[in-house]
Amino acid sequence: MRGYRLRTAAVLAAAGVLAAACGGGGGGDSKSDKNFTLTVDVFGEFGYETLYKGFEQSHPGVTVKQRKVSSLDDYKPRLQQWIATGSGAGDVVALEEGILPTYMQQRTKFVNLFDYGARSMQSDFLPWKWQLGLSPDGSQLVGLGTDVGPLAMCYRKDLFKKAGLPTERDEVAKLWPTWDQFLATGQKFQGKVSGAKWLDGPTAVLRATVLQNAGSGPGYSFFDKDDKFVFDTNPAVKQAFDTALKFEQNKMTADMSIFTPPWQTALKRDTFATVPCPSWMLGGIKQFSGDFGKGKWDVATTPGGSGYWGGSWLAVPKQSKHQKAAAELAQYLTSAQSQVGAFKDKDTFPSNVKAEQDPAVSGASNDYFSGAPTGKIFGQLVASVKPVHLGPKNEDVRQAVENVLIAVGQGHVKPEEAWGKAVEAAKKAAR
Amino acid sequence: MTSVDTRPARPVDRAGGTPRAERRRALLARLDLKASPYAFVAPFFVVFLVFGGYPLVYTLWVSLHDWGLASGTREWAGFGNYGYLFGDDQFWHALVNTLGIFVLSTVPQLLLALLLANTLNRRMRAATVFRIGVVAPLITSMAAVAIVFGQLFDTHYGFINWILHTDIEWHTNRLWSWTAISVMVDWRWTGYNALIFLAAMQAIPKDLYEAAAIDGASRMRQFWQITVPLLRPTILFTVIISTIGGLQLFTEPVLFANDTANRMDGGATHQFQTLTLYMYDNAFGHDRYGYGAAIAWVLFLLIIVFSLLNFLFIRRAGGTR
Repeated sequence: MRGYRLRTAAVLAAAGVLAAACGGGGGGDSKSDKNFTLTVDVFGEFGYETLYKGFEQSHPGVTVKQRKVSSLDDYKPRLQQWIATGSGAGDVVALEEGILPTYMQQRTKFVNLFDYGARSMQSDFLPWKWQLGLSPDGSQLVGLGTDVGPLAMCYRKDLFKKAGLPTERDEVAKLWPTWDQFLATGQKFQGKVSGAKWLDGPTAVLRATVLQNAGSGPGYSFFDKDDKFVFDTNPAVKQAFDTALKFEQNKMTADMSIFTPPWQTALKRDTFATVPCPSWMLGGIKQFSGDFGKGKWDVATTPGGSGYWGGSWLAVPKQSKHQKAAAELAQYLTSAQSQVGAFKDKDTFPSNVKAEQDPAVSGASNDYFSGAPTGKIFGQLVASVKPVHLGPKNEDVRQAVENVLIAVGQGHVKPEEAWGKAVEAAKKAAR
Repeated sequence: MTSVDTRPARPVDRAGGTPRAERRRALLARLDLKASPYAFVAPFFVVFLVFGGYPLVYTLWVSLHDWGLASGTREWAGFGNYGYLFGDDQFWHALVNTLGIFVLSTVPQLLLALLLANTLNRRMRAATVFRIGVVAPLITSMAAVAIVFGQLFDTHYGFINWILHTDIEWHTNRLWSWTAISVMVDWRWTGYNALIFLAAMQAIPKDLYEAAAIDGASRMRQFWQITVPLLRPTILFTVIISTIGGLQLFTEPVLFANDTANRMDGGATHQFQTLTLYMYDNAFGHDRYGYGAAIAWVLFLLIIVFSLLNFLFIRRAGGTR
């Protein structure tokens, strides 16, 4: 009874989508017709609302309609159904970093953006961002980069002061050029301030270290460039796991997941001193730490010096009836000018290098975080990211391994058994 | 039923009646007699075939493939998914979770519902208010339920740990998480079952109780010796419905997983991941649509088996027949 309700809802939703798609398609949208509508499918905030007008002005007769789903979890199954059934998808769809590698496997269902002149944009983009949207042989461009989430480190100045640590952001950054030094600083901190943990959770440590180690090493992490499972044999992965494990073993994280209710509550208390901060996290901390955290937060660089978390691409499904116009729209929305516009509107950090150099982005600072020059900090962190190949099951493996790390912190998995469990879980997830 | 004309066709006595037309009329009458009952029940079966039968068969078809919605793979796998399932630790782990939560929630739930119905069956002021009140949890917004229970069962800042001066790990400990989820289930469904029991109780003739009272039977004795035996068919019904619902438990564990990144995980060590969560996670979260379908089918068979077991158990437990 209870389970079926959800399935029924899914079926109804799918039926509704189908009906909507048929209704739109039946309106005589033939190629000869100059008046048509382009649909853009996004989730969360992309900051495109004000940009569509510009495209409509340069393309008379074209109307752009946006369909926004507030959460990625709701967006994913819809997109899956649209792509699998070959109908219902918008003319331009957003592909988030976690699902992009999966859709790369069926790239025949997407338009090659090179066919519509996107090759000229290559030099505008961060190299690693560009490469992730490209087929492995480099012949098909599936997605054009939208935003990225440069990974910085947010910290509580007041708690640092309590522990006798420096509070000024440049000095703080000097405390942790490496993750080992970050750990040592944390141990010092937890020795001085009882009751507070060093980190909110292990997620970001694993993400950042895997990316850093794989980037400076073999250029791939859980899967090699032929998408073969190498989690258990890649030294870059083992090293990253061991680094993250040390934080769990020493009980230095609160084992929380971001944006969950316990995490939100913890931000109003002295539960942890640092939160790894992708650009989009600043808004979240401001929202949930609120008046309590006013003047207490600041932003420094990440140990290891580079990292990102999150970000999307725009792609054009082949089922679109107006592929040329859709490809032009995708290029327009990812252009430097548009990315600056989206940043101004919704703080989405650009993957377009020219946009990053725009004073509106590079000169940006954040008042809530003690006026930290976030534009500069984020720009540096994301520029030093090295391209890493991700396999189609990258997200599944990452989630499974993260669970093992959290279980260590919870005391349900012994640290010495953690790697074995992680390999086992990763293998299962990679299936 | 009276609208169906069951009289045989009248012999033709009209002038214009040819033997041919006569035969046709007889045929139509016989058809009306034999076929129309089926036509009347057909809508149900047509709807069932479209929304129940077809998905069932289609799910079976999907389960015989390596099928991924996002990756677009679709390869014949025979019984490969089923073979993997029998050796899949996480599947059995999820089955144990599901059964554990089922027992922890259903047994107290039905007992409570019985007692509640018995109380509501008495003469009291504002009876309707109370009777409707017990099903209020069913119509409460799930978002509100998630928030309230999230605050009750939070390990660090939760109300229950605060009141009891304990630090029970509601989320990370397997048994405690089952308990918390069972409380959520019972909160929602006890009233529903109580209402069904109440309806059945009102059909029990009052003179049975009067006679028992004259013989000096206490209220408790009346309850166990009159009410419960006469409710047996209803109890059977609620047990079967609870079995089906319990084995498909989905909403409560999802809501309870408010502290994890992937709500379908049922905790970091999958301590409260039920079969439906595991099914959904495979089919839609990890791009194993075929394997998810196989889990769905095994779950379907399990529900039939457990419903039969419970049916036999309750019938036997009643004693006679």
